[in-house]
Amino acid sequence: MGDRERRMVFVTVGTTCFDALVKVVDSEEVKQALLQKGYTDLRIQMGRGTYTPSKDKVKQASGNSNLQVEHFTFLPSIADNIREASLVISHAGSGSIFETLQLGKPLIVVVNEDLMDNHQSELAEELAERNHLLCAHPQTLRATVEAMDLHALQPYIPGEARPVVALINEFLGFPVD
Amino acid sequence: MGFDAFAAACCAIPVLVSVLAVRVAYVLCRSGLPPSRSRASGLRCLIVLGSGGHTAEMMNIVSELQKDRFTPRYYVAALTDNMSLPKAQVYEKSLIHVEGDREMIIENAQFMQIYRSREVGQSYITSIATTLRATLHAMWLIIRIRPQVIFCNGPGTCIPLCASAFLLKVLGLGWSSIFYIESIARVKKLSLSGLLLYKLRMADQFFVQWPQLQQKYPRAQYAGRLM
Repeated sequence: MGDRERRMVFVTVGTTCFDALVKVVDSEEVKQALLQKGYTDLRIQMGRGTYTPSKDKVKQASGNSNLQVEHFTFLPSIADNIREASLVISHAGSGSIFETLQLGKPLIVVVNEDLMDNHQSELAEELAERNHLLCAHPQTLRATVEAMDLHALQPYIPGEARPVVALINEFLGFPVD
Repeated sequence: MGFDAFAAACCAIPVLVSVLAVRVAYVLCRSGLPPSRSRASGLRCLIVLGSGGHTAEMMNIVSELQKDRFTPRYYVAALTDNMSLPKAQVYEKSLIHVEGDREMIIENAQFMQIYRSREVGQSYITSIATTLRATLHAMWLIIRIRPQVIFCNGPGTCIPLCASAFLLKVLGLGWSSIFYIESIARVKKLSLSGLLLYKLRMADQFFVQWPQLQQKYPRAQYAGRLM
């Protein structure tokens, strides 16, 4: 086991409360699906949620690998954990989405259906349509993990503020440089 | 005497109403046209930081601004948001090394907090009271700062500030150009703040970050993504 490459899955809900995601990630089926895909570690950042995932090591049902599980409410640097991860499973907040895409990590966004004003799924769905990430719901996460082909994802090219600022300058009568 | 006062009111109120109506019409027509003033000095800027992803997008804009043109800069964030102003402070401090003169930079950037008109998830009915409080506070800030340029990208925090700036324009007490950049999270529909500013034509320039949104709102401009 010691000679195997460490492949960590980082689950983040940011500062939100998203127990439905933490619960499904903690389920035996999703853990088995992650093991099947060759991941060795599962790190859950659970935010303001109240559901506490189990901390036990999970044994693969059909094989001899293990999934090491740990959880935190908040972490000092989300970016450091994303950098360390081989796969990120995130809530649909734009901050987490762009932080992960800009670090070039494969990303599954899980949409929180309990939010009142659920505009967040718009962004995840648009970026999924453009093949920059995978979009799932808590009840479809297992199927998404089982079916995912991370090599098919397209790298995200970050946008820039320059064109907007140029138009603002032009409007205010400044010479365009 | 009582009759005189009544007659005077009868004459004065229609006059006042028409003057106000003319001013509102003037401000609405004037919005969207470039301001006519000399560019000798910098423009006083009000930068509204909307928390989380909004702040990240706004700081991308701020970092592209020509600092000699857009100065001094007044950053405003919601009282309940303790992450945004530190980010702006870190950025402004990083400029000190570039430009050297410490005192000048501190004078060029100020940081303040404002009541929020609506928290995420708050009901629309209680929002009315909190919006009123936020509006009074915003009015005071706008009168104090007298911004010439306002940058905002939602959420609700920016509405009382823009409304106050608009009122100042109607009263002829100062002119500001309002730039609204809708959040990248809005792909198919404008946010409530965006929709208000768009429908009321309060923003001089209105940007969206997805072309399909621009097609739905033709007065908006699309100039790429910020993130």
